Amino acid sequence: MNSEISETVEAASAGEVAARVSAPPRVTPRAWEVAGLLALIAGACLLPFELSGFRLFQFTQVFVYAIALLGLNILTGYNGQISLGHGAFYGIGAYTAAIMIDRWGVPYGWTVPVAGVLCLVVGFLFGLPALRLEGLYLALATFALALSVPQILKHFDGWTGGSQGIVLSRPAAPLGLPLTADQWLYFLSLGVLLVLFMLGWNLLRGRTGRALVAIRDNPIAAEAMGVNAALYKSLAFGVSAAYTGVAGALSALAIAFVAPDTFNVFLSITFLVGIVIGGLASISGPIFGALFIQFVPNYAQDISKAAPWAIYGIFLIVFMYVMPYGVSGFLRLAWRRLTRATAGTRPK
Amino acid sequence: MEIFLQQVVSGLATGGIYGSLALSLVMIYQATDVVNFAQGEMAMFSTYLAWSLMNHGLSYWLAFALTVTVAFVGGLAIQRLIMRPVENAPILTIVIVTLGLLVIFNSVAGWIYSYIIQPFPSPFPTTAIRVGSVVFGPHDLGAIGVTLVLLILLYAFFRFTSLGLAMRAAAQNPASSRLVGIRVGWMLALGWGLAALVGAVAGMMVAPVIFLEPNMMSGILIYAFASATLGGFTSPGGAVLGGFLVGVIENLAGTYISFIGTDLKLTVALVLIILVLLVKPSGLFGRAVVRRV
Amino acid sequence: MSPRSRALALVVTLCLALAHGFSYAADPGVTATEIKIGNTNPYSGPASVYGTIGKGIAAYFKKVNDEGGINGRKINFITLDDGYSPPKTVEMVRRLVEQEQVLFLFQTLGTPTNTAIWKYMNDQQVPHLFVATGATKWGDPKGHPWTMGWQPTYQTEGQIYAQYVLKNLPDARIGILYQNDDYGKDYVKGFKDGLGDAAKKMIVMEQTHEVTDPTIESQIVNLKNSGANVFFNVTIPKFAVQAIKKARDIGWKPVHLLNNVSNSVGTVLKPAGIDASKDIISTFYLKDPTDPQWKNDKGFKDWSAFMQKYYPDGNTADLFNVYAYTVPQTLVHVLKQCGNDLSRANIMRQAANIKDLALPMFLPGIKVNTSPTDFYPIEQLQLARFDGERWVLFGEIFDAGGKHGM
Repeated sequence: MNSEISETVEAASAGEVAARVSAPPRVTPRAWEVAGLLALIAGACLLPFELSGFRLFQFTQVFVYAIALLGLNILTGYNGQISLGHGAFYGIGAYTAAIMIDRWGVPYGWTVPVAGVLCLVVGFLFGLPALRLEGLYLALATFALALSVPQILKHFDGWTGGSQGIVLSRPAAPLGLPLTADQWLYFLSLGVLLVLFMLGWNLLRGRTGRALVAIRDNPIAAEAMGVNAALYKSLAFGVSAAYTGVAGALSALAIAFVAPDTFNVFLSITFLVGIVIGGLASISGPIFGALFIQFVPNYAQDISKAAPWAIYGIFLIVFMYVMPYGVSGFLRLAWRRLTRATAGTRPK
Repeated sequence: MEIFLQQVVSGLATGGIYGSLALSLVMIYQATDVVNFAQGEMAMFSTYLAWSLMNHGLSYWLAFALTVTVAFVGGLAIQRLIMRPVENAPILTIVIVTLGLLVIFNSVAGWIYSYIIQPFPSPFPTTAIRVGSVVFGPHDLGAIGVTLVLLILLYAFFRFTSLGLAMRAAAQNPASSRLVGIRVGWMLALGWGLAALVGAVAGMMVAPVIFLEPNMMSGILIYAFASATLGGFTSPGGAVLGGFLVGVIENLAGTYISFIGTDLKLTVALVLIILVLLVKPSGLFGRAVVRRV
Repeated sequence: MSPRSRALALVVTLCLALAHGFSYAADPGVTATEIKIGNTNPYSGPASVYGTIGKGIAAYFKKVNDEGGINGRKINFITLDDGYSPPKTVEMVRRLVEQEQVLFLFQTLGTPTNTAIWKYMNDQQVPHLFVATGATKWGDPKGHPWTMGWQPTYQTEGQIYAQYVLKNLPDARIGILYQNDDYGKDYVKGFKDGLGDAAKKMIVMEQTHEVTDPTIESQIVNLKNSGANVFFNVTIPKFAVQAIKKARDIGWKPVHLLNNVSNSVGTVLKPAGIDASKDIISTFYLKDPTDPQWKNDKGFKDWSAFMQKYYPDGNTADLFNVYAYTVPQTLVHVLKQCGNDLSRANIMRQAANIKDLALPMFLPGIKVNTSPTDFYPIEQLQLARFDGERWVLFGEIFDAGGKHGM
């Protein structure tokens, strides 16, 4: 075969792949959207006084997952680097919190930012060699990380407690606040979620976000236009890992237990499911994704105990049929259709 | 030296297993740019089919032929019925659909066949072959042979038949292929069918070694993925060779780097693979993708 | 009465009523007609091989209910899928305790999963009975008075093999293969404790594998090469069959000590090859349903009838289904012993007061015994050697009573 022809053929298909990865363009927020968001936050703040401790625990999990998913979405959704290894960063964050509290007696409040900073560094360093790898080859490198972290956690059992894990106590509300542990953890993770989502939103809608997307859609063009692709890609890795690490630390507080095999490959794949179901390259996507990975497996087992995974698999496939761009993509398209229908009569 | 040789031989045997599943991963990837996470579970399901047929009194080779046929048709049907609705969706959406298939196959197999381990027969003789003090398993040699034969047949199919040519064209440039009258959709389905066929053969070659149970392929899928990546996802031959390399690297890491602890042998093997990839970022035998700006 | 004193009287009455109510109110999960019991099991995911235990237990409770229940109360067994993931276990257990309001938990499965809810259950003071794991830590009545194990611990079993080696194989050079998790490590700890000072001299190699590894061929090759003449095999059935077969294939013929997780004739030894399995040594406390020596045993026949009627989907070659039949029998014994006082405290009291309970699918001579200071229900095991057709029991029943190296 003529090699020149084969190269152009591949170039064309590569362009097509890039186009297929990207989600439909986003619209800028309007005043009523901000108002709706505030109402939503107010609602979330009222929930703890209505729901049982068990339900609060479930929603705390949702918030924690949402933070992790936003982290992965920064990397995969916005920057186009596929990671099958974010369970590893989640695990590193969780173990950072557990070791600091259990072994060194550090107050739990410090563990969350420390986990974030540590994962930022680890993620950035991991991102440097990963710069040379793309697509599936990067996916394998991250996959390797996900496979290795449980083994490494078991190996250094002097610190990690080995395969027995570390049992923690759930933190009580500080300053004598009249809140139960469940309510406090709910507010804590909601607070962290809001702060991180605000930061993420600021980061992604500005220069940095545009640079990330440009690198994803056309790296060579982006570099030609002066974007330092290497720096932005490793930075995306670091920030992404930091988000996931913070989520891991919060999960250690909420579950009050860490064990190496919790942070397996399956967790990493669950995160990937979460961002795709929620919608790639969107800020609201991680919330929908988190709701999905938290609640849908429960519904699946309520339908069938004989083969709960079969039901879950059907849910996954049907979801992807109905919303190939995830929940946020679906909502965006629906909204656009709706507004176009009403705006059709107005002059342009 | 004896231990070195025996570990290499044993690594080649397991590597052959990884390579055969890696081959079926590459088949679908080449046709559709998608890594099919359900590949291992489809192979497992096919192997159960062969097992059921043999339990109903069919001979090995008859069951083998029937299973391979059913797997081919099944792969074709999965592409036409389940994958087609998301054919034009983003790549990751398609990947999630294959994940859905993975959990469905896994769960349904457990439901139908239970998780009891079943023995699966080998068509090859059982007496071990000894060369000096190194032992070769006849089944291992046979399975490696079958994988290589498959590889040659696939190569010949894609290289020398017009259908093979049409499939290659459809995968590389769907738009132009459509213009010259190739039914691109069916070519993709054919890719799935062939991959399922290769997977079924892999499953039947693996099962005598690791025994038949619903989770038999989950570990192998991980290694097959590593093998295909190491060899280069665009090269079937590379994927098989990658399998052998991964098998041998892991065994030798577990044997000779034992001061780290055998519990880290997979970690060590993975680090080595990634180091190789850092030097050859498209795998050992893959072609670099060149982009047009 | 003035309005004020009337109000006072009302308050006093209310308080009395409340106090009355508190002191007599039964714990949640029990009514005159029902006892609500919670459970978690892996019905999905890589550990779903154990899911048959939860299904088998549910089938057994159906049989109990068909036969009239316990003291007129039917059992409502709520079993949820945790996929063997500790965070999911915490969630499911909180659902059981706080939402479903079960009286107690029974047979929650797995070591990491149970560790995740260990503290919670004891803080909530809800019985956490007969957990389905062989870790040693469950027998801790002082620190965790609401949690109790059931099966013989992995460490106990490890000690038995160590004693066997010390007594019969003075020149042993031991190679160990174990799964790299709490289960494997507990066995090895018990084994090393049992060997004592001899451990350093005798153990020539330790090899581990991950539960996700496709094969363990490389480990077996290394073990053979180490010159070991005793093989302590701590693997689940999937890897045990591979180990037995591979050792035969490469011509390694050590004294093979096989953990009782994987000693089923029908699901391990036969698939691995009967001649390759000959002379393997293992331990027992349950009757292996695939061992022909129990063919005419009444306990086995009753179990077969149960399987046919209540759990036809279950595989009758699976030792887990014998386990799933025997463990609820222990619970039924405890609940009957509780009489009409089904408070959580009394259930724990009665669970810690089982005397010489023999059950139909136990080996002859095996008995359940507990006391307020002994939270290890089964502490007896017997060694057996496979003669190519059946397990031949030998030696005395080993009793670890109170000798746990916590």
